[in-house]
Amino acid sequence: MTATGIEISGLRHAIRGTEILAPATLTIPAGRITALIGPNGAGKSTLSRLIARIEPPPAGTVAVNGLDVATTRTGRLARELAFLGQHTTLASRLRVRELVAFGRWPHCHGRPGPEDHAAVARALDDFDLAPLAGRFLDTLSGGQAQRAHLAMAVAQQTPWLILDEPLNNLDLAHARALMAHLARLRDGGGSILVVLHDLNFAAAWADNVVAMKAGRVIAEGPPAAVLTEDRLSALYDTEIRVGSHGGRPLVLHHL
Amino acid sequence: MSPRRLWILASGALALLVAASLATGAARIAPGDPMAALVLSVSRIPRTLAAILTGAALAVAGVVMQQILRNRFVEPATAGTPEAAAAGLLAVTILAPHAPIWAKMGVAALSALAGAVLLAALIRRLPPREIFLVPLTGIVLSGVIGAGVTFIGWQTDLMQYVSVWLMSGEFSGVIAGRYELLWIAGAAAALAWFAADRFAILALGPEAATALGLHPRTVVRLGLGVVALVTAMVVVTVGMVPFVGLIVPNLVSRVMGDNLRASLPVVAMGGAIMVLGSDLIGRLLIHPYEIPAGTILGVTGAAGFLAMLWWRPRDAS
Repeated sequence: MTATGIEISGLRHAIRGTEILAPATLTIPAGRITALIGPNGAGKSTLSRLIARIEPPPAGTVAVNGLDVATTRTGRLARELAFLGQHTTLASRLRVRELVAFGRWPHCHGRPGPEDHAAVARALDDFDLAPLAGRFLDTLSGGQAQRAHLAMAVAQQTPWLILDEPLNNLDLAHARALMAHLARLRDGGGSILVVLHDLNFAAAWADNVVAMKAGRVIAEGPPAAVLTEDRLSALYDTEIRVGSHGGRPLVLHHL
Repeated sequence: MSPRRLWILASGALALLVAASLATGAARIAPGDPMAALVLSVSRIPRTLAAILTGAALAVAGVVMQQILRNRFVEPATAGTPEAAAAGLLAVTILAPHAPIWAKMGVAALSALAGAVLLAALIRRLPPREIFLVPLTGIVLSGVIGAGVTFIGWQTDLMQYVSVWLMSGEFSGVIAGRYELLWIAGAAAALAWFAADRFAILALGPEAATALGLHPRTVVRLGLGVVALVTAMVVVTVGMVPFVGLIVPNLVSRVMGDNLRASLPVVAMGGAIMVLGSDLIGRLLIHPYEIPAGTILGVTGAAGFLAMLWWRPRDAS
């Protein structure tokens, strides 16, 4: 049995002397949906990017399912974790199907077999993209393009899926559908780390919540334990009331 | 237009141009004439091949440069790469005039690479939304390097060479034995096709490319190498040809998109058509005298570029 989960140890990051992420030690469990929450500039994106080896960390280690991201070949990691960041503007003109098919690159390196075609077709279906498959991405709305990028990451079919604010641009129906899809992936044995701005999506769908502020992890645990009035009010420096709905916290941040 | 029809159209046009190119020249040849075989094998076939290789390789190099710099409006001809290649050639001509030809080619390719790397480094800090800053930076860089090359060329009485490299590319000097370096450019373009998916993924951005398991820097290096090699070989053999690397990739992208594995062969064919066609027009306009293909391209290419800016692609597939 190999180690599962993401083991973070002593991880830190700084840009020109400014500390973005204080030394963090944290374990993100496999087989769960973990939501990363916190105010702007808390270091959520930085943490997710460091885990996904988008930037090399100046100090500390990250291991995904036992693979050290600093020393494991990047091609191997691309079969262990898929990552979708916030910067998804394209310079090139691709059709939706072609973009999603690039999600299979780590597996087929440009020679797709039957299972690659099947994975692409399924991802297109899962994100309501089949009718748009032949369209160029520069002709789509922001939300449609976001769904295409999500489909690419999901088509990668990796044990870990790391998404940085995937709900950007999505309307509420597609936002909910995405979270339901993540729940299905989890039920099928997948592991998900997702940066979320909307606390109620974290409250309703996450199994585990990691709260960050000013580059530090300040709370971690099940939604009911982290999404409390005291903790959230301190996290966002503003009074936040929390109700409850269906046995899960309901954050009344708009009141 | 469907990609399939584009293919058929392009192949037909290229075949016609090849036939016309073989039949056109100052010497009259007739079937059965013993001189005909000689004229064809020494002059017309090499000239036709040279134009095809130049066009195909420059168009592919244009795509590669646009993908790695993530900007549609940049091409080797206006990015300082030919001037950098000329600088290397000039240096080796002055410092080691008796160096063997392969050494001169190597120096030209390396200095072209240095020019391309310099441009890539210069644009790294530009705001990505200002798309015209990248081609402008390229034009400034080519102006600066070109001015240096011209100055040294004057001082050393080598302006004749310099003007052959950097003025309009032309094919009248091409005979068997004097164009074969272009095969290296063709090979570099073929190499780019094998890496087509990597370049296409790189254009998704370094973040997405890393997530898919590529080393973005390695792909960038490979692309700059292809651009440098193609540019250097073309500069050395026929002189720089403008606009091919800009117009052809943009036109093909509008019809087929940027799935490079499918589009690069069409891009190569389009480049070959454009250069061979221009060379043919140049040979016919004031027959039996000639206008350089690069001059024809300078005129038609400028018009084509303006048309491209105004003609917006239709949205639906």
